[in-house]
Amino acid sequence: MSSFWSGWVIVLTVVTFVLITWILLANRKRTPVDQKTTGHNYDGIEEWDNPLPGWWFAMFMITIVWGFLYLIAYPGFGNFPGVLGWTSLEQHEQEVAKADETYRAMRDKYLALPIEEIYQDPKARKMGMRIYGNNCSQCHGLDAAGALGFPNLADGDWIFGGTPDQIKHTITAGRRAAMPAWEAILGEDGIAEATAYVLSLNSRDADPTQVKAGEKHYQTYCVACHGAEGKGNPALGAPNLTNGIWLYGGNAEQIAHSLRIGRNGVMPAFGNTLSEDKIHLVSAYIYGLSN
Amino acid sequence: MSELNAELEHPVYNYKVVRQFAVMTVVWGIVGMLVGVIIAAQLVWPALNFDIPWLSYGRLRPLHTNAVIFAFGGSALFATSYYIVQRTCQARLLSDGLAAFTFWGWQLVILAAAVSLPLGFTSGKEYAELEWPIDILITVVWVTYAVVFFGTLIKRKTSHIYVANWFFGAFIVTVAVLHLLNSAELPWSPMKSYSAYAGTVDAMVQWWYGHNAVGFFLTAGFLGMMYYFVPKQAERPVYSYRLSIVHFWALVAVYIWAGPHHLHYTALPDWAQSLGMVMSIILLAPSWGGMINGIMTLSGAWDKLRNDPILRFMVVSLSFYGMSTFEGPMMSIKTVNALSHYTDWTIGHVHSGALGWVAMISIGCMYHLIPKVFGKEKMYSTDLINVHFWMSTIGTVLYIAALWVNGIMQGLMWRAYNQDGTLTYAFVESVVASYPGWIVRVLGGAIFLGGMLLMAYNVFMTIRSDEPAEAPAPAAA
Repeated sequence: MSSFWSGWVIVLTVVTFVLITWILLANRKRTPVDQKTTGHNYDGIEEWDNPLPGWWFAMFMITIVWGFLYLIAYPGFGNFPGVLGWTSLEQHEQEVAKADETYRAMRDKYLALPIEEIYQDPKARKMGMRIYGNNCSQCHGLDAAGALGFPNLADGDWIFGGTPDQIKHTITAGRRAAMPAWEAILGEDGIAEATAYVLSLNSRDADPTQVKAGEKHYQTYCVACHGAEGKGNPALGAPNLTNGIWLYGGNAEQIAHSLRIGRNGVMPAFGNTLSEDKIHLVSAYIYGLSN
Repeated sequence: MSELNAELEHPVYNYKVVRQFAVMTVVWGIVGMLVGVIIAAQLVWPALNFDIPWLSYGRLRPLHTNAVIFAFGGSALFATSYYIVQRTCQARLLSDGLAAFTFWGWQLVILAAAVSLPLGFTSGKEYAELEWPIDILITVVWVTYAVVFFGTLIKRKTSHIYVANWFFGAFIVTVAVLHLLNSAELPWSPMKSYSAYAGTVDAMVQWWYGHNAVGFFLTAGFLGMMYYFVPKQAERPVYSYRLSIVHFWALVAVYIWAGPHHLHYTALPDWAQSLGMVMSIILLAPSWGGMINGIMTLSGAWDKLRNDPILRFMVVSLSFYGMSTFEGPMMSIKTVNALSHYTDWTIGHVHSGALGWVAMISIGCMYHLIPKVFGKEKMYSTDLINVHFWMSTIGTVLYIAALWVNGIMQGLMWRAYNQDGTLTYAFVESVVASYPGWIVRVLGGAIFLGGMLLMAYNVFMTIRSDEPAEAPAPAAA
């Protein structure tokens, strides 16, 4: 804030304090009088000239004085920082530092150990679960069972891999899936044929001629990511198409829809939100859900 | 409507516009509160939006707030300010034509809100969601209102201006300024605009507006109502003229500073947060000045409370006013705000003001005013007013108690942490724990709405009744 605006704030504030103090003192009547009216009469309403109630006057004065003192102690008069030198940023940083000092050692103890060694430790699990509850459950659910578009984390199936390092990487850096939209290339008939082939990969009923045509499409376009047998590829985030687990729904229409419009699921990166020790603990918890 | 014919007309005053606004106060009260009950129920049973976008919570919530504040509260303020300014100035409104324009213009604003908000048109500013073409209409109607009101003050036959009119005047001027500055925006298409401000400045302007919508629309305006109808109904003089001077000037001088307390612990600079908090606490005494003057005006007439439910509405509304204007400064203290902010406590606080103060004083005033402007002796049924009084009181208490409990519980759950430094509860756990309170809130709101339906019946029967009052008395000298 420039010194002009700072001065403006100070002047306005002081004027307001002076104005309310003056109007309060100017209307104070020290000796109570008998209930005489002011002589006004509006539509039959008269006004008495009673003095200000003493307790009310005192309350008003106390808050004015207190308010003025507060603004001397804390920031308020424009750029004047207040004699206590308090800032909300500093208070926040101090609280964070204090919490770090208190809790960091407890978590660092686990950070030093590999996930395979701590994922069954009841204390580590509990800490990981609470971090999960406040950061992950909004999408993946409190029970980690996921929802349409949000992967189940407890079923042992992993789109980007389920080793401790892969899980940690997913949480720290986030993930972006990139299933292209095939409608323009395959046309509606081609989509129906490819859908039939994907259904056949799961031993589900489909028209054999369509399956055959679909297999051709698959070997041309899909094989690069989902693999020759449809088992997927965690390095690319290409899901396994043969295990009956479907992120966006597994009925014929849902599969056809995914083929038509493509899928671009996003797992946000938590590397800037959670410290490394917290990511380590929550990774251990998630790893433990299916191990 | 035969009630609007010439033979009922007051020889001096324009009562037609008062009658119109008074009837619409009841109508919009029911509409606005019904939407409130619906969205309260949606929080408990989300399926109640029936998967129809126009009925979704995010669109109905601004409809509720706009309907109760500007349609219900606004109509009550227009009706009472037009009635009071004429009677206390002993002068007819400046212009019947302009007064009629404010009525139809304001109804058009409300209608435009009722259509555009469910359709999803919003500028995204709380209590100022309406898009720019409607903002312009509001400005035109409001300026006309100011012309009619101040024009009538100028042609008054009394020497002084009665205190109720000071409050109405402050309300009209300040709301105009607030509306113009906060709604400054760049029109982009017929129903889309972008705010003239960015980032934290936008937030500060918004809450400067938002808090003073509470301060000048919902407080100053309704204090104006109180200053006329309480002494009238109690048939007692106003307790202290000098108290009204002090608390009026202090209220208008200090309220305008209090907005930043809506932005504690945000990107708003510390100095602005501190100033907002300090002024909010100083505001306690000026706010209570109005309550003291109202309650003390009644002292000496306490026996009337036994059989006058209209007076009961007024006394209880003043009590809720005193309670919520104590609660507000307390919640503006940073350490208290750290617990209460973003919880149901805030919504409970708003409703102790909105239901307990604004709605109940309006209802009481309407029961006093409606027979007068429709040329009747009194309301059709005093017993129904009494039932309405109890329904309003019980509904309000249930509502605010439920949200106090919910709010404090949510605040405590969000900040609870374990020995390892992790949070004890996931957010969703605080949602699950809130359901019982939300059910009680629906119940309280529904009871309050039920009372409004009784009022509508009572008003309808009063207007229809054949029993005329004695000929309107000439204005007191």
